Amino acid sequence: MSMFGVLQALLFLLCITLLTKPVGLYLFAVYESEAPPLASTLGRLEQLLYRLCGVDPKQQQRWSSYAQSVLLFGLFGIIASFVILRLQQLLPLNPQHMQSVSSDLAFNTAVSFATNTNWQSYAGESTLSHLSQMAALGFHNFTSAAVGIGVALALARGLTRKPGPYGDHCVGNLWVDLIRSLVYVLVPLSLLGMLFFVSQGMVQSLSAPIAAHTLDGVPQLIPMGPVASQEVIKQLGTNGGGFFNVNSAHPFENPTPLTNFVALLLVFLLPAALTYTYGKMAGDTRQGWALFGAMLVLFVVGLIATTAAEQSPNPALAGFPIDHAAGNMEGKEVRFGVFGSALFATVTTAASCGAVNAMHDSFTPLGGLIPLVNIQLGEVIFGGVGSGLYGMLIFAVLAVFIAGLLVGRTPEYLGKKIEAKEMTLAMLYVLIFPLVVLGLSAWAATSSDGLSALGSAGPHGLTEILYAFSSAVGNNGSAFAGLSANAPFWNLTLGVAMLLGRYFMIIPVLALSGSMIGKKTVPKGPGTFPTGSLLFVGLLIGVIVILGALTFFPALSLGPLAEHFAAQYGKVY
Amino acid sequence: MSSRNAERSLFEPALIMQAALASVRKLAPQHMIKNPVMFVVEVGSLLTLILCLRDVMSPSSVTSPHWFSAAVCLWLWFTVLFGNFAEAVAEGRGKAQADTLRKMRKETRARKLCDGKEESVSASALRKGDIVLVSAGELIPGDGEIIEGIASVDESAMTGESAPVIRESGGDRSAVTGGTKVLSDHITVRISADPGQSFLDRMIALVEGASRQKTPNEIALHILLVGLTLVFLFACVSLVPLGSYSQLRLSITVVVALLVCLIPTTISGLLSAIGIAGMDRMLRKNVLAMSGRAVEAAGDVDTLLLDKTGTITMGNRMATELIPLRGVAIDALADAAQLASLADETPEGRSIVVLTKDRYGLRGRDAARFHFVPFSAQTRMSGCDDGARVIRKGAVEAIRRHVEALGGSADEELEALAARIGRTGGTPLAVSDGSSVLGVIHLKDIVKGGIKERFERFRAMGIRTVMITGDNPQTAAAIAQEAGVDDFLAEATPETKLRLIKAEQDKGKLVAMTGDGTNDAPALAQADVGVAMNTGTQAAKEAGNMVDLDSNPTKLLEVVEVGKQILMTRGCLTTFSIANDVAKYFAILPALFVPAFPQLAPLNIMHLSSPQSAILAAVMFNALIIVVLIPLALRGVRYRPLGAAQLLRRSLLVFGLGGIITPFVGIKLLDLLLSVLNLV
Repeated sequence: MSMFGVLQALLFLLCITLLTKPVGLYLFAVYESEAPPLASTLGRLEQLLYRLCGVDPKQQQRWSSYAQSVLLFGLFGIIASFVILRLQQLLPLNPQHMQSVSSDLAFNTAVSFATNTNWQSYAGESTLSHLSQMAALGFHNFTSAAVGIGVALALARGLTRKPGPYGDHCVGNLWVDLIRSLVYVLVPLSLLGMLFFVSQGMVQSLSAPIAAHTLDGVPQLIPMGPVASQEVIKQLGTNGGGFFNVNSAHPFENPTPLTNFVALLLVFLLPAALTYTYGKMAGDTRQGWALFGAMLVLFVVGLIATTAAEQSPNPALAGFPIDHAAGNMEGKEVRFGVFGSALFATVTTAASCGAVNAMHDSFTPLGGLIPLVNIQLGEVIFGGVGSGLYGMLIFAVLAVFIAGLLVGRTPEYLGKKIEAKEMTLAMLYVLIFPLVVLGLSAWAATSSDGLSALGSAGPHGLTEILYAFSSAVGNNGSAFAGLSANAPFWNLTLGVAMLLGRYFMIIPVLALSGSMIGKKTVPKGPGTFPTGSLLFVGLLIGVIVILGALTFFPALSLGPLAEHFAAQYGKVY
Repeated sequence: MSSRNAERSLFEPALIMQAALASVRKLAPQHMIKNPVMFVVEVGSLLTLILCLRDVMSPSSVTSPHWFSAAVCLWLWFTVLFGNFAEAVAEGRGKAQADTLRKMRKETRARKLCDGKEESVSASALRKGDIVLVSAGELIPGDGEIIEGIASVDESAMTGESAPVIRESGGDRSAVTGGTKVLSDHITVRISADPGQSFLDRMIALVEGASRQKTPNEIALHILLVGLTLVFLFACVSLVPLGSYSQLRLSITVVVALLVCLIPTTISGLLSAIGIAGMDRMLRKNVLAMSGRAVEAAGDVDTLLLDKTGTITMGNRMATELIPLRGVAIDALADAAQLASLADETPEGRSIVVLTKDRYGLRGRDAARFHFVPFSAQTRMSGCDDGARVIRKGAVEAIRRHVEALGGSADEELEALAARIGRTGGTPLAVSDGSSVLGVIHLKDIVKGGIKERFERFRAMGIRTVMITGDNPQTAAAIAQEAGVDDFLAEATPETKLRLIKAEQDKGKLVAMTGDGTNDAPALAQADVGVAMNTGTQAAKEAGNMVDLDSNPTKLLEVVEVGKQILMTRGCLTTFSIANDVAKYFAILPALFVPAFPQLAPLNIMHLSSPQSAILAAVMFNALIIVVLIPLALRGVRYRPLGAAQLLRRSLLVFGLGGIITPFVGIKLLDLLLSVLNLV
């Protein structure tokens, strides 16, 4: 790794670590304090929105009603986006006269953005009108992140709140969490970030494409659009749905090394800060730092592995007179190079962002394996906004169950007992991911509809399938590329995968919160296992890695591993 | 039943034979379904058996050699059988004890009192509330309470303790157990249990494990294990289509072998054995737990309420000294003290009589002359009236009030004396004659040796000890300090005890206590773990969720350790079981994939000799490890009184890291063995 790469990595880790506490404190003040900050400005807007939407901020919801609200809100959003996409030819802000989106693609796209996945089976600049980009998709970029934060807060409240006279059995109010997320966090940060991005040369315009001539005199259409306004929330909300098909590899979507760096910071900003917020809620910030620590270690290991894999030359090009020391440059932007691409790939798959600045399909087999494994570990390495925290907390519950037994006590987390009901819910959460990924991958790998979309044969094709479904169920949205996914089979299966991966995981999370919130808290003693310790960080990492590895190792051996070993013999697919 | 106390080897040949037969019987699906993970193994074994037979019938579809599918099939069945065997061995040890107990339940005749007339009936016809007479040499026909008389009873059948015990009406030593033998005197007993409900019946059921239900934590662990099984089921089943994409035809036998190796069979096979063995270990300590739930709760206990007397101090307080007030002759004090104590049957009262007899030669009284006033909890005094002369002894406070009521006064010297005795941890009793106080009796408590170290161990485990005593706060504080308990409850009454338990529980803590008296019953019922003494009243035994047959309150400490041991054993074997999978992947996956992808050979990091021997070695290891771990499951992992973090680090190192390494070694050795014997 180059010196510049090392420095950039260290600076990135330093920035994330330093930002976690202040942002976490701010989030804590926004969601959990009696009086949120900035009452005179943002507070007024918040109150206004409550009145407009008919929300009573004092009213609390039980887990079931919170879950109902999440589902209803999701359903409404999906239908609205579906309608806009189908009717975009009749709606304004369509300078390119884009036609109606096919129904399977509209379903896939609506679900994809509502579930914070942002899987894109289409190319934005040649499929969608400006209105579709802004209303049908931009809306979800904000709200799907806000819902994620809400669910994470609900689980955190279930784990940390003591049963008391007020707030008993209630896990918060989705509408309040949603509005606060928008008013205090997502919208203001997006505005600030947009100004910065525009200053770096990012496009922000509603105009039609510009006709230009290249130096050779060939006519060329340069697509324009409201890019900067989408770009911030794309990263900040771990959405990842690019305005342009090539996403953050496009110079208008990621013009400078600085925007690249800031975009990556934005991805980790909220997932990292939420761990601190959680620690504050637990009344012991070490609880939050322990989760942060586990995330950080897994991230750094992944980063090193991806970089090392990409730094190694492509054995298939061994005889050619090129600079092998540059590493594997296929599918990478020269502006970002090996390290900039490896860093971006690791961040975007660790957090369930899914934006890309290089084509993962062209990575070396092992370099492509790490992003895939990042997703398959359950999107908990910082993970999606909110979803990373609640996923990590589920793993913490599992880790605590084993740790509790090992120290001779029935397991407890933050003083609350983990019993049969909680284990059932935690296991439901854990099971849905492998069930859908492996089930649908197996189907796709044996059906002609599935196979016809593959860009490559052999193990690489299998990796494309596994990657697509892992990305969909993990609500990541990162595409391996190579797969021609805009076909009814893929649009529908991936759409269903995204729905299952979002809502079938949120429901057990909220139910777990509801079952924990009424529990008595056992005071801490020397006999209770400390969940804020380094030892716990190690145990947590062990549980995540072992569970993920054991689940996917067989499938991965047939995909990237088989390809890797084949490449050593000079065989490529 | 005395055999229970004898240290028996884990594997007696007779037990092994029984267990081996039982493990085949347990293959019945209705039994297996209770353990879903092992049920999956059984279904898988059945599937391979059918395939194996089909291959033999129609050799055309054969994909792998006969002997290989047959060997895999055989070892899969062994996996199921070994799991059943572990359970059967654990149960077998209980069954042997139950048989001994059952021999005691022979048909006896009872002498039932009907309207004052004696009538001979069969013991099994006795109902709750019947009244029977039992004389020396007879067996007590059923559980009950002595309503009249006193007798020495041989309870060795129940407790293994050969020395006879005294049972008498009234007080806290009135309960008798059916099947025990009256050695002297005769008693009248009110039967307290219907047939089939007696202590002996329940004990047999418990020991046999017939009434065993899964404990809450066991259920939660089962859910985790079933969840993991499903994960591996997805992984293995999806391997068939994913393999066919890669032009890889996987035989079902091999996929089943992989599945069985991956699912947590080790812990699942041993899980019920761990629970049964835990109950059994309690029984070896002569503690009868009414449910596994109680044993599990014992591991979680945060606060131990320990009666001072008998647990922290040696049995009873003894009178050691008489201290007269100024101007009172020592003989006068001794005389009054003895008179006041003659009717006091408590050990303290008796010790006063003995002291005055030994040291001051007072004996031979004409008891008929006196009117005795027994001790009562209200007055906290006892004594006698000799005509107009009113002699009392009792708590200093009580005597002070007593003499003041008679117009006398207690001077400061009394208070000073009492305070001095109290400070040394002793208990002062004042003696009065009429309206004047004569002096003080010094009762002394002797703290048991080694108890302080024991409490230190508990502190390290995070358990708080609270001493419960009827003494005044001063006395209590002195003894508490000497014994090294964390806290004490002085001047305890059943109500304050109950309140203390509730207060602790409101703080979210789990409380354990021991008790024997009827007035302990509410507190025993309220406590999360209530250990009743076998010598105690029927009410106390009903209220608690464990009975200590030795009636040794110190046992509570061991009960907690056994509870923790069970949980730890489960945790350690679960960790071990999951950690094992890493090696099994590296054994089986290369064996499966290398035929289609020769380049995957580097994954065969153990260099196993052939695909078939790799798979067979992994399956064999998976089955054999259950047998190897049976002794650990039955004995439990050793409990060390360390802090939670230290314990965890240790267990993770031994069972986590050990669990990763062991199968690499084991599978490699089995592979070597198979190839040396030229079997593969």
